[in-house]
Amino acid sequence: MLEPIKVIEGKAAPLRLENVDTDQIIPAEFLKILGKKGLGRYCFYRWRYNEDGSLREDFILNNPKYRDASILIAGKNFGIGSSRENAVWALQDLGIKCVIAPSFGDIFYVNSLKNMLLCIKLSEEQVKMLQELAERENLILRIDLEKNIIEYRGGVISFDLDRVVKERFLQGLDEIQLTLKHIEKIKKYEEGMPSFLLPKARRFIHD
Amino acid sequence: MLAGKSIIDKIWDLHTLYVKEDGETLLYIDRHLTHEVTSPMAFEGLREKNRRVRRPDLTFAVMDHNVPTSDRLKPIQDEMSAKQIEALERNAKEFGLTLFDLYSPFQGIVHVIGPELGLTIPGITLVCGDSHTSTHGALGALAFGIGTSEGEHVFATQTLWLKKPKKMLISLEGALSNNITAKDVVLWIIRNIGTGGGIGYIVEYEGPVVREMNVEERMTLCNMMIEGGARTAIISPDDKVFNYVKGRPYAPSGDEWDQALEYWKTIVSDPDAEYHKTIRFSVDKLEPQVTWGTNPAMTVGVTEEVPDPRDFDDAKEKQAVERALNYMGLQPGTKITDISVDVVFIGSCTNGRLTDLIDAARVVVGKKVAHNVRALIVPGSQLVKRNAERLGLHRIFIDAGFEWRNPGCSMCIAMNEDRLRPGERCASTSNRNFENRQGPGGRTHLVSPIMAAAAAVYGKFIDIRMLDLPSRSEVLEYARTYKGY
Repeated sequence: MLEPIKVIEGKAAPLRLENVDTDQIIPAEFLKILGKKGLGRYCFYRWRYNEDGSLREDFILNNPKYRDASILIAGKNFGIGSSRENAVWALQDLGIKCVIAPSFGDIFYVNSLKNMLLCIKLSEEQVKMLQELAERENLILRIDLEKNIIEYRGGVISFDLDRVVKERFLQGLDEIQLTLKHIEKIKKYEEGMPSFLLPKARRFIHD
Repeated sequence: MLAGKSIIDKIWDLHTLYVKEDGETLLYIDRHLTHEVTSPMAFEGLREKNRRVRRPDLTFAVMDHNVPTSDRLKPIQDEMSAKQIEALERNAKEFGLTLFDLYSPFQGIVHVIGPELGLTIPGITLVCGDSHTSTHGALGALAFGIGTSEGEHVFATQTLWLKKPKKMLISLEGALSNNITAKDVVLWIIRNIGTGGGIGYIVEYEGPVVREMNVEERMTLCNMMIEGGARTAIISPDDKVFNYVKGRPYAPSGDEWDQALEYWKTIVSDPDAEYHKTIRFSVDKLEPQVTWGTNPAMTVGVTEEVPDPRDFDDAKEKQAVERALNYMGLQPGTKITDISVDVVFIGSCTNGRLTDLIDAARVVVGKKVAHNVRALIVPGSQLVKRNAERLGLHRIFIDAGFEWRNPGCSMCIAMNEDRLRPGERCASTSNRNFENRQGPGGRTHLVSPIMAAAAAVYGKFIDIRMLDLPSRSEVLEYARTYKGY
């Protein structure tokens, strides 16, 4: 059960890269960690750290100005590639609550929703404008999920949010529990399932 | 008159349990495949809520992502890999799932064993916590890669909430030249539509080129469509698919086979089915494709050169090309055939099947791996490995200097000890050339098994169309009688 979220407010950091794949968000070696907590330190691992473990100065989130950022403004196709949900857990553990980009990888987008990491799609021009603002000044965004608007000093941007995303954030629900309200439909399908579609092992498989 | 339905619509409708006002649909899931890396937190979620796996009989687990490909009798050196593998064993036992473990004769990469064991059949919905689940679409299954939360949901309810993606038809027309493979086709498609070109779509492949391909080649096509951003890919099944499925361990048999066949023949796209987007590609002039950068759309033909950032007008594109070339250690304008490699990896869910190994053998037969190249073959499954050995292919590879490994994801994802060292350059039959994918600092060029095998022999990329290669049946005949050097 996740708590409802109506407003997200925080500092925005510009990540001016396109096609950021989930391998970059969290490299495969850290997928062996059994757990969701503590993954933040491995988030963007190869971009954040030098080989000796020191911080790379050329990575935007290492800039002291953005260390406390909770909103990422990224290029198109953010989160493409591997289905690893660890990418979402790592971003959240790093303190990221919202990613704004022109487009997202499909699986990443769904994974984010399930964990209530907000993904907002804006046009390329709007994203560019916000990235430039965040570079120039201390950009604080206030994202109102009820009104579908992003407020900042000097402006307001409205955004579209899928109804399913909005409901999820505003209500914070146990999805499995909700689905089980449809249990009769599930059972009915199962009863009608032709036997030839069920996997039946010939004996040698289990010998 | 109503428009016809595509295979996507038919399977979707048959599995729809409930549709919300906003279009979110509750779909029944006929098969759930799972592996050690994306499943632990899903099982943990079940335990926390005291939930069970609703249909253990439809759920199958396999160890593939971080298993060693060396001697299986030795304990796993990597402590964290060992823990993850133990967790799957414990979870499979606790929740009553069939598990193909490290020692199973049916172990292998999840997307290789699903089809070959007959777990994947036409007309079903299938999910797995892995993006390359699109592979199973080659058999006419609607197959989705899902996250861990969704996996937990499927465990508990045998259903998945999904908004119906749009439909894109990719029609492949013309005929492939000799030794141009499904891998070249799909790399070329991704090069054309971009890594985000398929976002929000299910891709259906059709056309004479697809019909000409065997089922394993079609799996390569479907497997990599995810790299073009598509939610999944699918192909209407035909006799090739039905013959492929028939007799497989979990496939229907006896009277049920006849019933299944009759049913499956109805779950194909109608000729007048409608799509949101249709793209027609002619493959007549297609040449072998090689990636030069750090995503699969960064691809050129083997006779082309590494691009020059100065040729790009768009500032972001220019920057992306510069960054990729810098990572890859390549100069603009370098001919692809002037790029030499340190490592060759043949395997993965993209190209780790018998067809791929036969194709590689066609190049390797009678030759040696170049002295400065390390070359690995990691068959996609124990069955692929045993079949290759029964055909004698392994002796061709081993005598040529290839390492002949045990099955797993291996150097495609580098979660076990098979990985590139920093700066090493690899010709790889896998699916992702992302930064650090095959090991920190490793440089990946995605190619077909034929191109990879040629890179192993010649130490660099060559235009394999210059080679006089034996046919698949010729190389099998050679392997049958091959006694070794």
